[in-house]
Amino acid sequence: MSEPVDLVVVGAGPAGMTAAATALAGGLRVVLLDSGTALGGQYWRHPPEHARAAVPTDDLHHGLGRYRALCRALAAHRSAGRLDLRLAHHAWSAVREGDGFAVHVVDRRDAPRETAAVLRAPRLLVATGAYDRQLPFPGWDLPGVLTAGGLQALLKGGGVAAGSRVALGGTGPFLLPVAAGLAARGVEVVAVCEAAHPRAWLRHPGPLLRNPGKWAEGASYAATLARHRVPVRPRTAIVAAEGGARVTAVRLAPLAPDGSPRPGTERRVEVDAVGVGWGFAPQLDLLVPLGCALTESADGNAVAAVDAGQRTTVPGLYTAGETCGVGGAALAVHEGRLAAWSVLADSGAAAPAPANRARTAVRSAVARQRAFARAMALAHPVPRAWPAWLTDETVVCRCEEVTAGAVRTARADGAHDHRQVKQLTRAGMGWCQGRMCGPAVHCLTARGRAYEPAERLVATPVTLGALAGLDEEPTDNAEPDKECS
Amino acid sequence: MSEIVVDGDPLPFVEGQTVAAALVAAGRVAWRTTRVGRRPRGVFCGIGVCFDCLVTVDGARGQRACLLPARPGMTVTTREDDDE
Repeated sequence: MSEPVDLVVVGAGPAGMTAAATALAGGLRVVLLDSGTALGGQYWRHPPEHARAAVPTDDLHHGLGRYRALCRALAAHRSAGRLDLRLAHHAWSAVREGDGFAVHVVDRRDAPRETAAVLRAPRLLVATGAYDRQLPFPGWDLPGVLTAGGLQALLKGGGVAAGSRVALGGTGPFLLPVAAGLAARGVEVVAVCEAAHPRAWLRHPGPLLRNPGKWAEGASYAATLARHRVPVRPRTAIVAAEGGARVTAVRLAPLAPDGSPRPGTERRVEVDAVGVGWGFAPQLDLLVPLGCALTESADGNAVAAVDAGQRTTVPGLYTAGETCGVGGAALAVHEGRLAAWSVLADSGAAAPAPANRARTAVRSAVARQRAFARAMALAHPVPRAWPAWLTDETVVCRCEEVTAGAVRTARADGAHDHRQVKQLTRAGMGWCQGRMCGPAVHCLTARGRAYEPAERLVATPVTLGALAGLDEEPTDNAEPDKECS
Repeated sequence: MSEIVVDGDPLPFVEGQTVAAALVAAGRVAWRTTRVGRRPRGVFCGIGVCFDCLVTVDGARGQRACLLPARPGMTVTTREDDDE
């Protein structure tokens, strides 16, 4: 594309795809970029287009009709030269520049070779989603213990099951599709350990009744699990994993109401893989350094504060989906549409504003689903007493191998948040920059406050060689991406 | 089926799989050793966030195996202390 673009969208999951398609339909020129090799993000994760025959994953997905419609719409805009789609592009920084934004990216289509580029536009929409929130437990760093999302990513993206006997644990409805997907691929799922009690949902009947689609989806997973005889164990947790070169067993314990394991009730189950996840942590790496205000979400995460049109507190910066609070793909799609409508209105685009009726319908769907997300967060909390299953030797920071004992010592020495623990122990200072251990270290030191991730000026590692090769001027003459759905 | 070369040995993969998926499909879940505790590590988050799955690819160190699409002939080296 040689003409200037109006909008850069970072993240091509449900929110970003919808936002880009809506903005394009309204006449804007858009760059849509994603670190993945296919459109869809994590929720609609797919193998690259050319590999789909070899790795069939359709049956693992939900809402594929919408995905395909978005892919078709984006492909049409791309053919018309209005969409610049950049897959396998990693955004490592976004900064204000004049009246707009500069998004620094590395093009990794030819990885491991990297090429740096800068994408500029007056408006920026961040739809970077979320990743699994983790709580450490003894043995969680053994090979074969993965995040629940990691198990699903291998299955959806590569057609690979990471084990043949798998235990899942943590909290939240996401464990169910992961279990159903594994079972559908012939994996023996020996237990789904849900720390919460389903009764907790009964405290929020309104959101449940107003979102029938959600419980219909839940019921379909439950049916799959029943068909494969997968036991779902409420108020139970995986409190330890055992093994050497690979995990060989897990210890499961029923939990008391505060989340502490009931003494003397542990059960040992042999497995060759484990999946764990305690809800999600929003991916705020690009938003925080831009200075956008955060607010607290019911799940304990700090999330981007937005107005009813998905505008952040930074003019020209919009965000949609999990970055505004974890709420699932259907909500992300609605928020993506609202965000794009705001971009169109704020850009003075010639396109007619959406009919009031359409806008009202989307806003009420967002309100309904936000209420559901809040009920979900309250029904699936991080159990208060989870540190009870840590030993002093349990690794908390996987990268720097900082133990729970070291974190407790730092707390006794006066550290009262994850930043101070990092200075004292190096927890959060390694490769992942605290993305894995941050929420846990926060819980161990500053419980009761929302978890705000550390400010990361470089959102993904980038080689100096790539930066040295940065050709500042022609940022938009890169060879067009061959891959498009 | 195409192949990559991992530590000198051929490893088959299905077109579209990442290096991590190819390794896991072959039954390998660990291919790195940590610096301090000498602990085995492999894929954990599977989506590029945790950096546990680092490998050296065609001489480039610090590559996340879970993000990197396998390509025929790609040379993958798993080595200790790749996190240094």
